[in-house]
Amino acid sequence: MDASIPTTPTPKIEIRHLDMAFGPFVLMRDINAAIRSGEIFVIIGGSGCGKSTLLRHLIGFLQPARGDILYDGRNFTAAGPDERERRLRQFGVLFQGGALWSSMTLAENVALPLAQYSPLSQAEIADIVRVKLALVGLKGFEDYYPAELSGGMRKRAGLARAIALDPEILFFDEPSAGLDPLTSQRLDALILELRDSLGATVVVVTHELDSIFTIGDRAIFLDARTRTATAQGHPRDLRDHSPDPGVRAFLSRRDVLEGIATPPAPAAPDPIDPTRL
Amino acid sequence: MTGAAGMPMTASAAPPRPASAPAARLAVRAAGDDLVVEFGGDWKNAPRAPGVADLEAQLAAGPHAARWRVVGRELGPWDSRLLAVVLRVVERGEHQGRTVDIRGVPEGLQKLVRLARAVPERTDVHRGTAREPWRQRLGEGAMARARGVRDVVAFVGECAQGVGRLVRGRAQYRWRDAWVIIQESGAEALPIVLLINLLVGLILGFVGAVQLARFGASIYVADLVGIAVTREMGCMMTGIIMCGRTGAAFAAQLGTMKVNEEIDAFRALAISPTDFLVLPRVVALALMMPLLVVFGNLMGILGGMAVALAMLDLSLVEYWNETVAAVTLTNYLLGVAKGACFGILVAVTGCLRGIQCGSNAAAVGHATTSAVVTGITAIIAADALCAVLCNVLGI
Repeated sequence: MDASIPTTPTPKIEIRHLDMAFGPFVLMRDINAAIRSGEIFVIIGGSGCGKSTLLRHLIGFLQPARGDILYDGRNFTAAGPDERERRLRQFGVLFQGGALWSSMTLAENVALPLAQYSPLSQAEIADIVRVKLALVGLKGFEDYYPAELSGGMRKRAGLARAIALDPEILFFDEPSAGLDPLTSQRLDALILELRDSLGATVVVVTHELDSIFTIGDRAIFLDARTRTATAQGHPRDLRDHSPDPGVRAFLSRRDVLEGIATPPAPAAPDPIDPTRL
Repeated sequence: MTGAAGMPMTASAAPPRPASAPAARLAVRAAGDDLVVEFGGDWKNAPRAPGVADLEAQLAAGPHAARWRVVGRELGPWDSRLLAVVLRVVERGEHQGRTVDIRGVPEGLQKLVRLARAVPERTDVHRGTAREPWRQRLGEGAMARARGVRDVVAFVGECAQGVGRLVRGRAQYRWRDAWVIIQESGAEALPIVLLINLLVGLILGFVGAVQLARFGASIYVADLVGIAVTREMGCMMTGIIMCGRTGAAFAAQLGTMKVNEEIDAFRALAISPTDFLVLPRVVALALMMPLLVVFGNLMGILGGMAVALAMLDLSLVEYWNETVAAVTLTNYLLGVAKGACFGILVAVTGCLRGIQCGSNAAAVGHATTSAVVTGITAIIAADALCAVLCNVLGI
């Protein structure tokens, strides 16, 4: 897989021989990946295969059982608390439900990271908060509490908070889960726009096929059966040319068990994600 | 920290930056018929950059022109501060009916400006700050109270019906839940109940010993402690502890279930949440509270005894005999019966507030607070009512 990484000197994020385990239970073995700067990297796989767990390892919420995670060539796994904290400030994380702090208004939610970590004045912070909310299409909702918003709006507000500090790396945990197809399409477009204009590196966990093909530059497929990452590459290449029939089936919505080559559904995928029922 | 001369002073808390970083600049000037807003320097690493206020001041002082051009000149890296200012130029210009041309700034910035302006501001969502007239607020408050009372009555009625179904064996009920709750609110609550009642007994003993010794009636400390503990303090203190401990837990549990839509899931299956969730809790506390009160009474009397024996010239046998003579079975049973009542009150108020809980994390906190406040109020009110009734009935 290293052949797929051309001459880039150091990848933005590098995963080396990562084992993920909860106690004696090993979830995934020997994951290797290199994520280039400015790339949208998609982590895919069936439910419960460890996609979100991999994301939590990348953010540093979980310690790898073995292996290392490197950012800009510097080891994050072995980093001391100071360096870790510095690194965390360059991350923006969008959690599944938005994870907005319910006791604060949207403006306060977005302002908190700025107030904590930037030397800006109150007025400057207020300006930036307005801009961030405008970027996600929530202009005018500054004084609303998260409970007063719909799920899609909460998610967008969570995105505004995630980009508050102009992060270098954005992590998305299932950005389109629970959203209607149109809203999730808009969110995908927003992710692309933000990547293009902010130049951030984006890591997305998702199993929405539509999103995978729309935004993904490269994908890693975590296979729950073999407990390892079986394939990496551009999502379309994986769908058409992956040597692993499981990967092809997953990406073309075919049932692996039947083994019958039903043609991939050409229409828009159904809005209800069967794995979340 | 500043490098080149002529830069604004940096704040001491500023992040380290390259010494060569030129300061962020903003200038407004006329160029032909146009007004040019020019940005330059490093807008990312500079600890201080011109803000929206600086921009407004410069624009106000700037020349009058129909066309505004926003340009970057020797513009280094930038972050959201520049975006905020550029966005303000665009908004301001369009507000004043000017044509604003932003093609002179980096493409990424242009994209962000377009993105930020893609969704127009929703003016209909702004909060009305006007307060309603006081009569309206008073009326709405009164109606909300009335609704609250109706909810309480409805809930109590539902619980009573549930108990009826339970007695007839028709309730959808899981005894396994009840056993767990019985353990949580019985055995696991015993240590704190014992400790608090011992301390209350000690306090009563102190007060009694100091006052009664002045009249040479120190033996009556036993009467005071015995009657006060068995009739009032034992059950009341136990009720208040259980309210803070178990009532709050019930409210938080059911509130969280409400947030997770678990209670709706029961309703959708036509399972009564009252039968399934509330009844086990009410039954558990109604059974456990009298037992806790029995232990609590004992500890209260022991506490008073310890103080009396230590401070006064009394023997253990004297104190014991006096206590046995003073505490009648009526007093004792009254306390235990009140304990059962308080248990029901705590369970019902806790569950009520839990089920009424809103649908977010903050609401669970409110539900818990409200459960404790309502529960303690109910306990004290019920105790007062009981005292009046006993007086009228001569018990």
